[in-house]
Amino acid sequence: MDKLLLLGDEAIAQGAMDGGMSGIYAYPGTPSTEITEYVQASKFAEENNIHRNWSANEKTAMEGALGMSYAGKRSMVCMKHVGLNVAADPFVNSAITGTNGGMIVVVADDPSMHSSQNEQDSRFYGKFAMVPIFEPANQQEAYEMAYHGFELSEKLKSPILLRITTRLAHSRSGVQRMKQIPQNEAKIPENLRQFVLLPAIARKNYQGLLSNQVNMETASENSSYNKYFEGTDKNLGIVASGIAYNYLMENFTNRELKHPLVKIGQYPIPRKQINKLLDECEKVMVIEEGYPIIEEMLRGFQDKGTPITGKYDGTLPRAGELTPNHVAQAFGFDSEEGEPIPEIVKNRPPAMCQGCGHIEAYNALNKALSEYSEGRVFSDIGCYTLGALPPYEAINSCVDMGASITMAKGAADAGLVPAVAVIGDSTFTHSGITGLLDCVIEKSPVTIIISDNFTTAMTGGQDSHALGKLEDICAGVGVEKEHIHVFKPTKKNFDEMVDIMKKELAYDGVSVIIPRRQCVQTMKNKKLAEQLKQLGLK
Amino acid sequence: MKTDIVLAGVGGQGILSIAATIGMAALENDLYLKQAEVHGMSQRGGAVQSHMRLSDKDILSDLIPKGSADIILSVEPMESLRYLPFLEKEGWLVTNTTAYKNIPDYPEEEVVMNEIKKQKKYIALDADKIASELGSKRASNIVMLGAATPFFNIPFESFEEGLRKIFGRKGDKIVNMNIEALRAGKEFADKNK
Repeated sequence: MDKLLLLGDEAIAQGAMDGGMSGIYAYPGTPSTEITEYVQASKFAEENNIHRNWSANEKTAMEGALGMSYAGKRSMVCMKHVGLNVAADPFVNSAITGTNGGMIVVVADDPSMHSSQNEQDSRFYGKFAMVPIFEPANQQEAYEMAYHGFELSEKLKSPILLRITTRLAHSRSGVQRMKQIPQNEAKIPENLRQFVLLPAIARKNYQGLLSNQVNMETASENSSYNKYFEGTDKNLGIVASGIAYNYLMENFTNRELKHPLVKIGQYPIPRKQINKLLDECEKVMVIEEGYPIIEEMLRGFQDKGTPITGKYDGTLPRAGELTPNHVAQAFGFDSEEGEPIPEIVKNRPPAMCQGCGHIEAYNALNKALSEYSEGRVFSDIGCYTLGALPPYEAINSCVDMGASITMAKGAADAGLVPAVAVIGDSTFTHSGITGLLDCVIEKSPVTIIISDNFTTAMTGGQDSHALGKLEDICAGVGVEKEHIHVFKPTKKNFDEMVDIMKKELAYDGVSVIIPRRQCVQTMKNKKLAEQLKQLGLK
Repeated sequence: MKTDIVLAGVGGQGILSIAATIGMAALENDLYLKQAEVHGMSQRGGAVQSHMRLSDKDILSDLIPKGSADIILSVEPMESLRYLPFLEKEGWLVTNTTAYKNIPDYPEEEVVMNEIKKQKKYIALDADKIASELGSKRASNIVMLGAATPFFNIPFESFEEGLRKIFGRKGDKIVNMNIEALRAGKEFADKNK
């Protein structure tokens, strides 16, 4: 089979397609986006009718994947770590229903918050839901885990969580492909009540999940992704998981590693190997990227009381991405750094693009709000979040997908009137519509600005479910037609924009203002151009 | 043999096309390769970098440890300095001198150049100017790559072959233009190293 040069994300997509996947479900989110994009660009996926359209959000994606599993086929669902918060309900419950066709949940964590609002560790969700977790160390393992994951899921009748972090997601390396496995035939579950989580059935399923834990542990102990490496210096034993293993070994390319080592790539953590390490060694160091989850587990795992060292005692940093240098420090190795960064080097934060429609919308909003006291603009997740930075400094919150509208409502409930929400078109259809309904039901005095650029821009210009639908959605939810305004945010229209905003800020009810202009990054997208022409939006 | 390269620039300047060419050249020579890229928010005009590692042995870490990069290859002068902690003592700093000023507090260009000139081994060239003279300002990235090629343990022809593979679909004219850009960069480095 051929060898490909792939991002970790792409390796997962290729592994899933080679492993007989029938459908992938996702909402774009850095660093997970490229998994689905790879399938969308694949000729093989097209020829074999693999489902690959974007979903409205991570929850609908997770449920779509579970539905495909119900029907007997192999499905994958992908998201960034905070996306799993949105999809937590179907995820945790999918462990109770179990699967029929194999199902893999890929979650890409973002330690150091390169492109995120927190650095939560998805392995906690996997442990919480009591499902097996895969954590690849490199692109090849990522490929193989996706490839073999469906089979394990079908064998254990459980969804599998495949957890990666930014560095692996966005790093490229050679990947050896394996033999193509055909897709499953559709086949409904043998027990037609398996997915009916009425309390009486759910209790039974939950007992099943509990008794299945021993099978998951056995699978881990026998997994080729979990390895015990013997060592002669037992003053210290080492546990390293996922890509932390690479950073460990990087430090021993020119040194001999004499300590016993357990490399972990599959959870639940392998009891047999871990107990051997705890029994043999005076002390154990845990190296993992993300939260100290293995470290915490080992502290409660043993009766022997072997001291555990890692993130809790400061041997390794508690926050941020792990690096080979952190591991060198943990072992007390001297590492000779280059020259320090000269003081003249200034920060260069990301910024909205030149010619971006959000800029004109913010300029108008700042002007329209100038007669009110400051601190009343609630925003959301997207390029427009960069409106928090100078010179705009136009927004006062960015919390989670959809929170602009609902937080504006809560603030208005508390008397902060007018309250303003700024949200993008794709984020609005992801999680804004239900919040808008809350506002309409109470006729809350909020002004909602949906800055429409026809795309999911921050993640690289993916399709927006809102395309051509925004006014109808808002009117359908119950916003009064005379309080829905659409205009093109340009310098020329500045005065008109400010007038409309002022008028609606003064209105004692729900207003929706839609500044609408195509994202400058998508100008070469031919498919989008055709869609815009058909919708008369150009 | 190993070559560790930090590629630096500003989001949108296209350092990934440099990475892709190096990748092709590495594959030509059956080398192991790991390349960590930056996607997402920083791509919107922020500082971006890519860690590229080539070796004839299996590569472990996707990240280059500090103090061990053989080359910093930057398409923007101030950005070249941001990654100095990664540069090995005998490593080369190869940078474009055309500043990209999208921040209000960008330092005086002369001050930036003075810092670059303090480095033990550096190549600083106006790749935008060289590329314009060759007829395509967009090829400035490839001029920069050309200027770094003497410091790789890869034959120069492999980079040319990489360009042929990457730009082949766009026709001979584009391929030849990029090969010229690559040669012009190499020529500058050979004279000034």
